[in-house]
Amino acid sequence: MKTMLGKRAVSSLISLFVLIVMVFFLSRLTGDPAALYLPVDASEEMRQNFREIHGLNDPVIVQFGRYIGDLVQLDFGESLRKARPAIDVVLEAFVWTLWLALITMALVSVAAIVVGSIAAFNVGRPFDRVASVLSLIGASAPDFWIAIVGIVVFSVSYGLLPTSGTGTVWHWILPIAVLFIRPFGLILQIVRGSMINALGSPYVKTARAKGVKNRPVIFVHTLRNAMLPVITVIGDQAAALLNGAVVVETIFGFPGVGKLMIDSILQRDFNVILAAIMVTAIAIFLMNILIDIAYALLDPRIRT
Amino acid sequence: MADHLLEVRDLSVRFHTAQGIVNAVNGISWHLDRGETLAILGESGSGKSVSASAIMNLIDMPPGEITSGQILFDGVDLLKKSEEDRRRLNGKRISMIFQDPLGHLNPVYPVGWQIAETAMAHGKPKDEAYARALALMERVGIPDPKASMDKYPHQFSGGQRQRLMIAMALVLKPDILIADEPTTALDVTVQAEVLSLLEELQEETGMGLLLITHDLGVVAEAADRAVVMEGGHIVESGTPRELYHHAQHPYTRKLLAAAPGKGEMRDPASDEQPILRVQNLQKSYGSFAALKGVNFDLHAGETLAIVGESGSGKSTIARLMLHLEPASGGKVLWKGEEILSKTPREMGPLRRQLQMVFQDPTQSLNPHMTVFQIISEAWVIHPDILPKSQWKDRVAELLEQVGLKPEHALRNPHQFSGGQRQRIAIARALALEPDLIICDEAVSALDVSIQAQVIALLGELRDRLGIAFIFIAHDLPVVRDFADHVLVMQRGQVVEHGTVRQIFEAPRQGYTQRLLAAGLDSDPDVQAERRSQRLALAATQA
Repeated sequence: MKTMLGKRAVSSLISLFVLIVMVFFLSRLTGDPAALYLPVDASEEMRQNFREIHGLNDPVIVQFGRYIGDLVQLDFGESLRKARPAIDVVLEAFVWTLWLALITMALVSVAAIVVGSIAAFNVGRPFDRVASVLSLIGASAPDFWIAIVGIVVFSVSYGLLPTSGTGTVWHWILPIAVLFIRPFGLILQIVRGSMINALGSPYVKTARAKGVKNRPVIFVHTLRNAMLPVITVIGDQAAALLNGAVVVETIFGFPGVGKLMIDSILQRDFNVILAAIMVTAIAIFLMNILIDIAYALLDPRIRT
Repeated sequence: MADHLLEVRDLSVRFHTAQGIVNAVNGISWHLDRGETLAILGESGSGKSVSASAIMNLIDMPPGEITSGQILFDGVDLLKKSEEDRRRLNGKRISMIFQDPLGHLNPVYPVGWQIAETAMAHGKPKDEAYARALALMERVGIPDPKASMDKYPHQFSGGQRQRLMIAMALVLKPDILIADEPTTALDVTVQAEVLSLLEELQEETGMGLLLITHDLGVVAEAADRAVVMEGGHIVESGTPRELYHHAQHPYTRKLLAAAPGKGEMRDPASDEQPILRVQNLQKSYGSFAALKGVNFDLHAGETLAIVGESGSGKSTIARLMLHLEPASGGKVLWKGEEILSKTPREMGPLRRQLQMVFQDPTQSLNPHMTVFQIISEAWVIHPDILPKSQWKDRVAELLEQVGLKPEHALRNPHQFSGGQRQRIAIARALALEPDLIICDEAVSALDVSIQAQVIALLGELRDRLGIAFIFIAHDLPVVRDFADHVLVMQRGQVVEHGTVRQIFEAPRQGYTQRLLAAGLDSDPDVQAERRSQRLALAATQA
């Protein structure tokens, strides 16, 4: 288990490094920073001055070394638009996204596991049919459309919920509801399939032949085995939300990382973009390690 | 008081499937007494396991439906009892073990807990349940039982897993143990050990043992009485000796005739140059040596059988020869030419000469292709064999050669039975007109009567087309009927190499002798002799 986590951490670090390299050089490929950051009518002198301050006259490899050195100290430079350290701006937004993702995924996981399991026990009956059709629709409906319909119905027509912002609990309902639908549909399908599989498995037959009661057959023997594939999908979906739900956050004016990234791209605030990419990448790597740990805890075959 | 411990009377079970109603068993009756072993003998689809599932209440209803009959346990009809009452009997008074112990043990819980669970499910306190589990693990011969309690199923060998299943079933000293193909997936020597263990435990506890099997050898070795099932009916019953010597029903006779290991042995007489020479072939995985230097020659039209138990390296030889895995050392000379060092490109044209038939035709045939596509694909890859205009005729010809019909060409693999699928796999191999066919356990998944047919087919192809075979098998009687030479493998090494007659009539090595003695014979008298031989060998070993 420890060696597995060690390997996982090393491979995560390698991917992280590759990501850093790509982000650095890609941002250089977009053009001369002096031309991009400064106003169009800036004089050549101003540009030269700008390059001098930011070390843009040094060889690229030296710049890269400096960039890495700063990264290690979590120094992403200043946000050009907000005149604050970029990392502070990003972390502030990331906390919002983190809460949004955590609450959504907690609700999704519980709901999908409960509904998916009930559907699996009632294969082919009305409950199963309805759940399957709804989950399919949920998994394939585009979230921008659901978001807009949600606003039209609940905010505009009935005035029940606010359209955007974060002031009260009510502000959270629509974004969470919209983000809920797709992962719920997907995970429900996986839970249902996995549960049907586990219920028909030989070890369940053994448990019944041993005279184990119904409840432990389901909750002890079946559920734990059925959860293995489900955890992977929950992890994937959580990672997607951590990445910043760009569309949903933008539509609802939710001050998370997704919205921050879009705003920063539009404002060419490169330091913030880089910091946001790094923070979400690290979050996703940590998330994957958590999933691995959960998987190993559930399945002894992974541990050895 | 009831006449018998367990009695099944006039039981009929049917299943509602998408293809309509399937009558699994029709009005079958049998009984089992204390201390007695009854075997239910049948091939796949005979309904031999259905009555056991009905006894254990393991039939899902729907799609299953019990249309008539009684299951009397101590004189009380189980079918009239409540679900809860039947649950209380399961594991406590009637227990069951299954064919595939790895699948039937829960992979995510320690085995000690799984054994103790049987006792806890029937109200025993935790300490007592664990104490019983430990005692039983020791009794069934699990090494270091205390430490093994906390291990998981994947950390045990196949034989040990079946021992664990037995321990799990016997925690509460049931009156009846149902064993559904308990030794089918096990190596011969392990099979003999597990059957002996069951017998000892039966003597200790006086339980009735219901043994469901397709193997006449298991019946000869272990049963007091047997019933023979075919197509959901009991066609015949009696003691193993009565059945073997005085079988009345044609189906029983057919089964007995199909049992391998009774035919004439072959005497190879070839002094030509060998077409295949394998020299010092080796394979290591990291520091583990799977194959430690294997040598043999093979002549055209001859069959070399490679026998050994799981993990002996017998399949590795085939995989290395065909470049399915890189070898770690040694040479393979095919018609005088070294082929291990060839690049994939150079290997391409040679591949048509060396073909392989695998164990499981369900998995080795692409389910989305028709039989025509499966067979003719070979000619797409090797276009020089046959012009496209002749494909249709040739496919029809090949299908007839393997005992199928030309009109089968347009069907998909799932529309065939296991034996037919293996015939398709053989036709596919023949399409390339190979000089050598490697059969990796090619008949071991088939029912005995089908097995006999497929072996006969292979023998005919060998004689008619002069194809050489490498026949990898764990089943010695089949090898005895089919091979010219035998290579006995153990732990990556050749233990003994000789003609089939020498190996079977005068085995020189202790391991070969043990392997032969562990094999089960369908003749109860031969089997009794072999059994004393086995026990004697075990005694000298100890």
